[in-house]
Order: sequence, then structure tokens, then C-alpha cells
Amino acid sequence: MADELIAVFSYPFMQRALIVGVLVSLCAALLGTSLVLKRYSMIGDGLSHVGYGAFAIAAAAGIAPLAFAIPVVVASAFLLLYITRKGKMGGDSAIAILSSSALAIGMIVLALNRVTIDINSYMFGSILALSEEDVVLSVICSVVVCIAFILLYHRIFAVTFDESFASATGIRSGIYNAFISVLTAIVIVVGMRLMGALLISSLMIFPSLSSMRVCRGFRSVTICSAAVSVICFTVGLVGSYFVNVPTGAGIVAVDLAVFLVFALAGRLKEKR
Amino acid sequence: MKLIECRDLCMKYEGVPAFENLTFSIDDGDFLCIVGENGSGKSTLVKGILGLKKYSSGSITFNGVKPKEIGYLPQQTAAQKDFPATVWEVVLSGCLNRNTFHPFYIKENKERAKREIAKMKIESIVRKSYRDLSGGQQQRVLLARALCATEKLLLLDEPVSGLDPIVTSEMYEVIHELNHSGVTVIMVTHDIHNAVHYGSKILNMSKNDYFFGTSDEYITTESFRLMSRGCFHGEGGCFSHGR
Repeated sequence: MADELIAVFSYPFMQRALIVGVLVSLCAALLGTSLVLKRYSMIGDGLSHVGYGAFAIAAAAGIAPLAFAIPVVVASAFLLLYITRKGKMGGDSAIAILSSSALAIGMIVLALNRVTIDINSYMFGSILALSEEDVVLSVICSVVVCIAFILLYHRIFAVTFDESFASATGIRSGIYNAFISVLTAIVIVVGMRLMGALLISSLMIFPSLSSMRVCRGFRSVTICSAAVSVICFTVGLVGSYFVNVPTGAGIVAVDLAVFLVFALAGRLKEKR
Repeated sequence: MKLIECRDLCMKYEGVPAFENLTFSIDDGDFLCIVGENGSGKSTLVKGILGLKKYSSGSITFNGVKPKEIGYLPQQTAAQKDFPATVWEVVLSGCLNRNTFHPFYIKENKERAKREIAKMKIESIVRKSYRDLSGGQQQRVLLARALCATEKLLLLDEPVSGLDPIVTSEMYEVIHELNHSGVTVIMVTHDIHNAVHYGSKILNMSKNDYFFGTSDEYITTESFRLMSRGCFHGEGGCFSHGR
């Protein structure tokens, strides 16, 4: 078994997938807890569809995909935040409109320019799609997200738990919300290559939802979901290689299994 | 000493005037109850006092207390019902306004939180999850958090809504005791009966007019008669005009 594992990770594309994946899963789990608790679970899904549209336009225009997609997705995150705050439309409706529109625009741009890209890999991810550049970018992003999260942890908790109280005691909730949105957007774009537009949001919500079944405190949920996220990713990556199924789907399947086990454990704990 | 003084205060809600020319003040040690029908601008006024919303004209003057040093007890949100946070985490978060530049809690914060937890008699549930508590326990936790944030002034937004009668009266006793120990209290409530019983002053807001005075003065007014009739006998008077 050990020999096989060493053999698996002797491939450079597997090494890249492991580095990027572990870092992205860690960041996604940290941000995900706050998003799930603020009832923004679908924001990741919406932004990943915008990411798809942005990648399509970048491919048609022949510009660097990440350099184009990150600003577009960050801008969409701000737009969503603004609509939810000020507009009459609910956040869920805003996300639904934004994600289907972005998907449609992406498809149209591709068709008009007769660009052929591997849609399957954009939708469901591909471990072969990661370049050296992606690795460097994801390392930088993850380090930034982790440091920011640790330094702002108590304030993020306060804003997530009770925005009115936090604002009343002088914490600028708007800035923290914007900050979380920007980080989410970046993590989504970076992770999309690996997980695909349809599956990336599961990295954000599954680990937190699983941890919330069994943990009682915010800190324990945060630590547990970070661990669950990284472990599920690694198991899913290696498992999907051996069983020969798409990586993104394999990881989501492991996340689902862990969620079911944790949900059961939570039930049993309650009964006792 | 006047802690807060509002003069000719006008505020808008979604572009429409919520109330106009409101003048009242809160003295040190007061127990002010803000009552009034739905839509009379109570919540807007609370946001104005906390500095969360700008007022269109008039003035709010603070003496010896800053807006961010008000211990605020907001109405509970739906998201909090299943929020995984321990009582300790929630109470401690009330201390955040004390350390502006420090990312983590310092020793004084933790001692303060312990003191307020003892005051609210919730030591036994400190390690429990907020979502597993009863409504009354949750309000005590939020009150302890509010006390961490303030020395002098509590602002309670409908602290007893959704609580059963026994827990409600316990909650009033807790608030009453705090007031006795020198904490000034502003409480928004629909519970007109307890408002005049516990409150020293009443601010009754209605669409076109308002009353501000002592509780004893208030019970002689027409607004009080309408408000209490509507609330106690279900004739709907609460939701019609106060005068």
C-alpha cells in the first residue's frame, strides 16, 4: 500500500493536485463555516458559475484565465453582497440569476467564437489542468487566507453570530462581510480548476455542515471542519485515482459519506 | 446627569420619515421603556442611538458614554437558533469593543466575562452550546454579553418576546436588579403592563405623536388607555393610531 502511494505521488500532476487541493480545502473549510452559518451556502455555487463564464470569455479572448477570472468573480461577490443588502431581491434569487446568466453568457461566447474547450473538465474539474502557476497562486492565496482568518477570528465570530451586536460595539461588519466575500471568490476560482464549477462549493459547505452535527462550539467546528476538509480531499484524491473515477466527484462522495456518519453520530449523541 | 439627550430628532426608514421632532433624554440610573405600535419607529430610534443609522435632522448628545459602549441586546435572529457556539464564546465576544488593535482576548477580558457570567447565574452552562439552551437561558447569555460591553447603559430590544410568563418575570427581575445596582436601562417592549410597572420613564411612540414622561404621568394618558386596552383584551387597539 505504502509503495503504491509513493508511486501515485511520484507523478508531478498528482503532487500539484495534492498541494493545491489541500490548501484550497483548508481555506474553503475556514471560510465555509461562516458562510453556512450566515445562510450563504449557495454563494460558492453561484460564484463558481460566474467563474466558468469568466474562464470561457478568457479562452475566447485568448487572455490568461486566472488573471481575468479572479477580478470578475470578486466583482460578482461584491454585487451579490450589495443586492442582498440593499435590494428587494433575496440573496437566493440573486445567486440563481447570476449563476445561470453567467453560465449562459459563457456558452454563447464559446459558441460564437467557435472555441472548443473541454467543457467536462471545467464543469467537473481535472487534476491535469493545474499548472505550476496555479500552484504558486494557490499557495499565496491560502497563506493569506489562513493568516487573515487567524488574526480576525474573534471578529469574524462576532460578525457571524450577531451582526447587529457586532456593529453596535464598533466592529465594522460591512468590511468583514466584504472581506469574507473576496476571500471566498479567490478560493473558488483557484479551486475550480481542480474541482470544477459544479463541485467546488461542496468543499465550502460539506466540512462545516458535518462538523456542526457533532461539535458544540464555534472554535471546535472551525478546527474540525478544517481537518475533515483536508482528510476528505486527500482520501478522495487517492481513492479516485485507484478506482479511476473523476477526482472532483470522488472527493464529494467522500465528503457525503463523512457527513452521513457525522449526522448519525450527532443523533446518537443527542439521544444519550 | 443626562447620559443621552435627543433633540428634535428626525429619522427616516427606507426614505419615508419614521418619526419627526422627537425630544427626550435619559438620565443616569433611569429605566426608560420605549413602547408603541408596530411601525412607529422604535427600531429605527434604537439604530439611531447605537449609531448604526444616520438621523436626518436634530441631534443626539452623549455624556460620559459612547455609542459603542452601550450594552446592546438585539432581537434574536433565525440563524442563531442552531448556531454552534459555546456560552463562553458568546459572552466573551461582548469584550471585543475594549481591544481595538489586539486580535485576541486579553486576561482582563476573560475575567470580565467570568464576572458577568456569575452575575447572570449561568456558570453551570458555560461549556454548553448556545443552540441547546432554553429561550430564557439564551437571553441571560446575551445579557451577560451586553454587560461585558458596557459599564453604564443597557439597550434591550424586546428582551422578553417569545418567553413564557415565568421566565419573563424572572427576566424582568434580573433587569430590575441591574438597574438598581446603577446600570441605566433602555428597553423597547410591547409589554405595556410591565413597562409601566418596572420603568421609571416611558417613551410612547406613535405615527404622528409621542409621549415622554414618567410612568406615573403616562398611566393617566389616553395613549396608555388605548395601548393597554388593545394589548390586554385583544380589541386591536394596539395597531390603530395612538390618538
